[in-house]
Amino acid sequence: MTATSYDLPDARGHFGPYGGIFVAETLIPALTELRDAYATARRDPRFVAEFEYELKYYVGRPSPVYHAERLSDELGGAQIYLKREDLNHTGAHKINNCIGQAMLARRMGKKRVIAETGAGQHGVAAATVAARYGMECVVYMGSEDVKRQAANVYRMKLLGAAVVPVESGSRTLKDAMNEAMRDWVTHVSDTFYIIGTVAGPHPYPMLVRDFQAVIGRECLSQMPELCGRQPDAVIACVGGGSNAMGIFHPYLAHGHVRLIGVEAAGEGLATGRHAASLTVGRPGVLHGNRSYLLQDAHGQIVEAHSVSAGLDYPGVGPEHAWLKDAGRAEYVTITDAEALETFHVLCRTEGILPALESAHAVAHAMKIAPSMPKDKILLVNLSGRGDKDMHTVAEKSGIQF
Amino acid sequence: MSKIQATFERLQAQGQKALIPFITAGDPNPALTVPLMHALVESGADLIELGVPFSDPMADGPTVQRASERALKKGVNLRRVLEMVANFRADNNETPVVLMGYANPIEAMDVHVFGAAAFDAGVDGVLVVDYPPEESAEFAKVMRANALDPIFLLAPTSTEERVAMVGELASGYVYYISLKGVTGSSALDVEAAARRIPEIHAAVGVPVGVGFGIRDAWTAGMVARVADAVIVGSRIIEEIEESPADQVCARVKELVSGFSRAIRDRDADSGS
Repeated sequence: MTATSYDLPDARGHFGPYGGIFVAETLIPALTELRDAYATARRDPRFVAEFEYELKYYVGRPSPVYHAERLSDELGGAQIYLKREDLNHTGAHKINNCIGQAMLARRMGKKRVIAETGAGQHGVAAATVAARYGMECVVYMGSEDVKRQAANVYRMKLLGAAVVPVESGSRTLKDAMNEAMRDWVTHVSDTFYIIGTVAGPHPYPMLVRDFQAVIGRECLSQMPELCGRQPDAVIACVGGGSNAMGIFHPYLAHGHVRLIGVEAAGEGLATGRHAASLTVGRPGVLHGNRSYLLQDAHGQIVEAHSVSAGLDYPGVGPEHAWLKDAGRAEYVTITDAEALETFHVLCRTEGILPALESAHAVAHAMKIAPSMPKDKILLVNLSGRGDKDMHTVAEKSGIQF
Repeated sequence: MSKIQATFERLQAQGQKALIPFITAGDPNPALTVPLMHALVESGADLIELGVPFSDPMADGPTVQRASERALKKGVNLRRVLEMVANFRADNNETPVVLMGYANPIEAMDVHVFGAAAFDAGVDGVLVVDYPPEESAEFAKVMRANALDPIFLLAPTSTEERVAMVGELASGYVYYISLKGVTGSSALDVEAAARRIPEIHAAVGVPVGVGFGIRDAWTAGMVARVADAVIVGSRIIEEIEESPADQVCARVKELVSGFSRAIRDRDADSGS
């Protein structure tokens, strides 16, 4: 086994040329306070123990790794294993990070948490932990998304959160993030901003990764138990990239394990309607960090498109940008149509409804498995469950409830 | 000596403070930007901050965001902003122009290409809102190589260490954000600003302009007593927003003249 030393980001949050802190001076003290609080917390055994306790008893971890035997048999090639993050409380990996950040917020004496959300999954997870810890919660959500995701909006309200529709820009996830940043800079003394993915200014990409790395750490011990060795490849979908960073990071030191991130090709890369920042974007600065972005020739950010709202983001976490350039991870794409087809296949073959986000990762595994020998192992992060997507899938299939 | 430095030195010799209005290039439409810049000068602007529209203006409040959106809808981009400055320079070679915007449009053009093009257009300074000093060493070098002043933000929360960092890089002036929050927020604490400015001035060695939250002539006059420059943005953009197209220049002129009078009169009152 080749072990590579890897200790990024550096002290200012850089992953090579990516990451960093690109915010107005007004936000600097908030980020410094957060960085210092996290630096102490991560070394505090009580903090670590409480995080583990919460993950075990509140989230229901460890999540199992499941051998999708019937699917593997039908494909006739490599064996596909699924890391079942869909079985977590609230139905996806998002909760891992929200618990970590809410614990930090409490430690820092912040009584109010804010979050941005696209489809509402991170918003629901943030509202959930806010309820759990007795904190006020405000979720910013693009007004377009509020309309499209009525059920999740209601769910957040049931959990006691206020949902604020954002009317600026494209009225989607990126604008919700802008608005959350504006709230934070205005209410910094009592407010903690729970960012949902491995993006944003340092220390967010690092701390979200660290909280999500439990996914990969569990796999490291589960895979040898299940099949006697580590997988040949780990596959995860990438929007902002938190579930992928979570499962990739503990495997970085295992040089023989291929890491494959799957971006949303939407209606096809050639149509321009996609969310493949790493595959066809260019490096730039957005939301406090430098990374690959979907932008026009003049540096204006363009809207992302994907059938899966969770992948619908025009940027990507800076660590993915670094892993791509360094050649340690590969990034590929899957279209809306392929993801939708996979959704149905996994439902019928394994009795598992994947989130449309996660269906992208499964779809890539299904694409490469048939041409691989049967003793090869693909580990796919099934990052969330698809209940939230049933209306989208029904609509695409021409069915009305 | 840069045009910005010369302007501040001239004002200082006269015992005057600078009025710096901010407008977004291309708002309400690209044809009005150059006339608006001339109108600002006629109503007493000593320096103009020209906003470069960006799709995701994270540090701006709703007013400047809307201005940015209006300009983008009219197809304004960084290249066109530079053309506007060049057009303004055809009739005005005295008033310094500072571009204020976000990093990505500049990086998309390439910092070196931008530096040369901005110099050619007649730009005097550049303020990139999302470039804090620790990410700006190279940028500041490139700007200065093109005879452009790199302008930086400082806030009430900036530590001594950060003020010193800005001091290392900044020329022209520094922009002191007088309150927590985004542009266009209300309630500026003049007293608090007054306490902090002398220390900042001493540490950075360039003039200190104060902005964010200056909404009326009275406040502008108060700020002029303690700062080297008074920066007014959102209030002017509101006026632009509310005016019919054929009255924009006249109404902005009237508004900015009021700010200008308050700043000069206060100076006279305080005997400085």
